Amino acid sequence: MVGSRVLSGKVSNKLTLSWRDALMGYAFVAPQILGFLLLVLGPLVAVIIFSTQDRNLLSGAVTNVGLENYRFMLNDDPFFTKVLGNTVAFSAGLVPFNLALALVLALLLTQPVPGIVIFRTLFFAPVITSTVAWAVVWRFLFQGEAGINSFLALIGIDGPNWLREPHWAMVAVIFAQVIKNVGLNTLIFMAALQNIPKDYSDAASVDGANLLQRVRHITIPLLSPTIMLVLMLTLIGSLKVFDLIMLMTNGGPANATNVLVYYIYFRAFQVFQTGYASALALILFGAALVITIAQWVVRRRLVYNER
Amino acid sequence: MSVNVQRLHLSQPKTRTLAIYAALILLSVPFVFPFWWMVTSSFKSYSEIFAYPPTLLPHTWHFENYQHVFDLQPFVRQYWNSFYIATMVTLGTLCFSSLAGYAFARINFPGSSLLFLMLLSAIMMPSEVTIIPLFHYIQELGLTNSHIPLIILPMFAGPGITAVFMTRQYFLGLPTELEDAAFLDGLTRWGIYWRIALPLARPILVAVGILTFLASWNLFLEPLVLLSDQAKFTLPLALRGYTDPYGQPLWGEQLAATTLSVIPILAIYVFAQRQVVESFAFSGTKG
Repeated sequence: MVGSRVLSGKVSNKLTLSWRDALMGYAFVAPQILGFLLLVLGPLVAVIIFSTQDRNLLSGAVTNVGLENYRFMLNDDPFFTKVLGNTVAFSAGLVPFNLALALVLALLLTQPVPGIVIFRTLFFAPVITSTVAWAVVWRFLFQGEAGINSFLALIGIDGPNWLREPHWAMVAVIFAQVIKNVGLNTLIFMAALQNIPKDYSDAASVDGANLLQRVRHITIPLLSPTIMLVLMLTLIGSLKVFDLIMLMTNGGPANATNVLVYYIYFRAFQVFQTGYASALALILFGAALVITIAQWVVRRRLVYNER
Repeated sequence: MSVNVQRLHLSQPKTRTLAIYAALILLSVPFVFPFWWMVTSSFKSYSEIFAYPPTLLPHTWHFENYQHVFDLQPFVRQYWNSFYIATMVTLGTLCFSSLAGYAFARINFPGSSLLFLMLLSAIMMPSEVTIIPLFHYIQELGLTNSHIPLIILPMFAGPGITAVFMTRQYFLGLPTELEDAAFLDGLTRWGIYWRIALPLARPILVAVGILTFLASWNLFLEPLVLLSDQAKFTLPLALRGYTDPYGQPLWGEQLAATTLSVIPILAIYVFAQRQVVESFAFSGTKG
């Protein structure tokens, strides 16, 4: 840009100089592009090849088996359907809970009351905390005879042994994950809320709309492009849950919280079937790809709502 | 993101303000209580940790848990590992992403938009997808149990690519006049980048730095599969290590170690709150 505009007077110099500039461009992006080819694209191609092989991480044995891993996955793997179901259940529980809570928090945290900044600090604190630390504390809180249950007992409620009962374990990990990350979505919603002109809401208020009606008919429709974006980000994020599961339940009890990434880890690094685990990893890749494409399609349809 | 509390003069009705506070306080319990419980329990004796009724503060403050943290594992070493790895990742990411981000925003070279699109398409890919071949190659190179992969990987995979995107966006938003003038004054491309563009990009570099440091500090899966030597562990791995011979957690020690790993980050967050929150806003809303 700079080069062509400034140099247009001197044709003879222009060519050599803009060539030099272009070379500088390649030099500037070279490390990042090389890194990408070696550490992202290369491994992506490799994982596709691995997925057609029977590989053992310990012995190093490799045999080509074509699509056998996928056949095994769909027909014979006793865990795959369960894992897929768990992953869907986790996302289906997490995404609506996360978005609803984020929206409520964003509406509350943009209220002009004194000291609101303190609350903003509090609700965002789990986002910067490491998931491992967060999971350690929540596993501690979700024990049978301590933590949350000892407080529930004070008011006469006999709490379940959260992480040892299949359904409660799923509820517990979803809850811990939502509280951990909801601050991020809250932040995005807060930024979007502040871009909505106050006039709409004020006008509706004058016309007698109550708070709920204003949120339902003004705020949410105006936020819809943001909600869409947050929905997709949260959905992809929920597919990747691992740290929390590993630390809180180890996929248990009885595989009740065994989700896709945990299962990939288990197959690859605990029973060393890296070929089969690669096929599973490609399922994860496919899911993320489908969600991303869906987001593009939906956003293109929403485009003139955005501008 | 600057959140301005204007319209205070509208002065909400008292009941409404009270209702807002009540809702906020109620909702903040699951956000705040874990931190409280983590810190206070780390100072309790084993029996008090499981005492009924639960105690909000330790009856007597016990410091043994903290002593044990350092006896049971090379915790100082592990702390240092996390710190220096995150620092190296941050420095590398700042360097490479600002170079690439600047070039994509300012320099005309054939194929630049294609290369950028190629990088961008990788943002959606979960890093877990490629962990198996990466592990394989790292093992072939004899680099398991080394920190080198943990430093190099984030620079060029997901977090690094996000950083390129953020810096590019920021450079695109800067006016070009200053750079044009510098060019006329005979500054080379490198000079323009280094002496004009980079200083102007300070806010985004701070944001990228904060996000990158935190991402590395909290990284779990990669160190989990790559490191097996306790002295090489990073903090998230170390926290898992406080167990008895049967694999059951030593709660007091584990919570003390967790407290030690969380508190410095929280302290920095409280002091640099605006910057930290802005960094996330940069990546979230402008991404």
